[in-house]
Amino acid sequence: MSEAARGRRTLAALGVAVAALFAASLLTGPAGLTLGESLSALLAGEGEAAVLVMREIRLPRAILGLAVGATLGLSGAALQGYLRNPLAEPGLIGVSSGAALGAVLAIHAGLSAAFPLALPLMALAGAGLAVLAVLALAGGAPTAGGGALTLILAGVAVTSLCGALTSLALNLSPNPFAALEIVFWMLGSLADRSFLHVQLALPFMVVGWAMLATLGRGLDALTLGEDAAASLGVRLGRLRLLAVGGVAASVGAATAVAGAIGFVGLVAPHLLRPLVGARPSALLPASALGGAAVLLAADVAARLLAPGQDLKLGVLTAIVGAPFFLWLVARHRRGLA
Amino acid sequence: MLAAAPDAAGGEAAGAPGPGSGVAGADRPGSAAAPERVVSINLCTDQLAMLLAAPGQLVSVSRWATRPGASNMVAAAAELRANDGGAEEVWLMKPDLVLAGSFNDAATLALLRRLGLRVAVFEPARSLDDVPERLRRVGRLLGREAEAERTVAGFEAARASAAARAAGLRRLPAAYHYPNGYTSGAGTLAADVMAAARLENAAADLGLSGVAPLPLEALVMLEPFLIRTRSLADTRRGRAYETARHPALERLAALGGATVEERRQVCGTPFVTLAVEALLDARAPALAAAR
Repeated sequence: MSEAARGRRTLAALGVAVAALFAASLLTGPAGLTLGESLSALLAGEGEAAVLVMREIRLPRAILGLAVGATLGLSGAALQGYLRNPLAEPGLIGVSSGAALGAVLAIHAGLSAAFPLALPLMALAGAGLAVLAVLALAGGAPTAGGGALTLILAGVAVTSLCGALTSLALNLSPNPFAALEIVFWMLGSLADRSFLHVQLALPFMVVGWAMLATLGRGLDALTLGEDAAASLGVRLGRLRLLAVGGVAASVGAATAVAGAIGFVGLVAPHLLRPLVGARPSALLPASALGGAAVLLAADVAARLLAPGQDLKLGVLTAIVGAPFFLWLVARHRRGLA
Repeated sequence: MLAAAPDAAGGEAAGAPGPGSGVAGADRPGSAAAPERVVSINLCTDQLAMLLAAPGQLVSVSRWATRPGASNMVAAAAELRANDGGAEEVWLMKPDLVLAGSFNDAATLALLRRLGLRVAVFEPARSLDDVPERLRRVGRLLGREAEAERTVAGFEAARASAAARAAGLRRLPAAYHYPNGYTSGAGTLAADVMAAARLENAAADLGLSGVAPLPLEALVMLEPFLIRTRSLADTRRGRAYETARHPALERLAALGGATVEERRQVCGTPFVTLAVEALLDARAPALAAAR
């Protein structure tokens, strides 16, 4: 039971960290409001300009940071558990690249300039189509032993195709301004997102979280192998639909509002496995909180490091994430030796 | 992209009631009155506003307006606060009008509107005729119609004098060469600048429209009067500028050409006539040869 106790302690600590980083996100911005001003503006509604800064600019950004980070962490843990592959990450099954393609087409066609929500809506549509294509390619009922592999291969195929079409759109972009806009969007950012984005994305993310949250026991059984899990009564077809559907809904919505943000979904589960153990049911909630903490921290850092430069969130997570991941790999190797 | 008629999407009427409209409008009687705190977040609207605004009316311009490579009005911009175009920063300046370009971040513009700010969006100019239209629109928005008419008159006079200079010139095929092998096809401000100097846009004859890539090989085969630009950034760096040093291009440039400062013609401002004059200056030797 000591592992369970340790798991609970870790979850509590992560919860505190997320709350602190959420508060830090609310307190970071060019306005230079003091702690007291910020809190009274947020809670009591005093000081007219500050109220709107807190409630309409910083609050949606912080909420999206939390939700997108949790989505990436949870999806990463779920996919690593389902595919039993430590390199699995939310983009693997084609959702992110499908969403990115939809968004890029919206920018390319000029729809995003005419109607601001066109971009996230097209991105959601792209994510949906991509995941349908992956499921169609991978086949409905997973055959014994081959379920994970066909899904990975189908995901890689759809990701490559969407990536190629995105490059084509860039290649044929009507002018350099549009190309620049596409490139910047693909770097991922939470700058100047409003509650409109929250209202659009959060329902999909919550549905996705609910689907992924039910996976714990099934994934635990799956660590014994697909045949063993099936013999324990796990319905593999249902498990796959829930895993893929949950990732599609939540990551699709996250990408639609924030662009492609890498490494969080890959690193968060690895970061927390030493603390809560490798059991997927314990890892899922921990990884969700860990992802939220990492993304909120990155978004705060992006604003502190280069105020006014609009340092892109996806760039920062990759720059910090990649060396950290290398360190993790090196430590793992030493552990084996 | 092309379906949207220029300026049709411009939303100065879109001061839609949002969460902040009560705040923004409460202490200002009569919304038809001229705005008193204007913030511009786009290089092109920066310069139009600096040309027309009453003293103190314009609060802030984008940081681009302070960069000598990009802006024609660095000195005027230095007097004003420079902004980076983020919603929080703009909102805190409490503007009663925000001037933006259609390539400003769509999320930022949507958020500013949601906060109840009046946001006017300008499409990039596509012809010299767009310049008076842009000037008059900014004049209307700022309540500076008379100033706008004066500036338009000055622009038309400069345009007429350039036209008089160009009148005797032989028509020559010409092409722009931008970094990364881009050129200006039909329907661009740069193409109209070219036409005003009696140069024929060879890229448009190839069927290119907008700013489009033109292979170096195709460019060389056209044997055009080559127009290169001095970039918006103050230094030329990076792979994008490789083709600018290509020997084939140097040979082409030796046949005759001009260098125009990009800041003169990137925006539809009255400074665009200086780009026409630069082309005419470069053509003077060619003109002498023709005589």
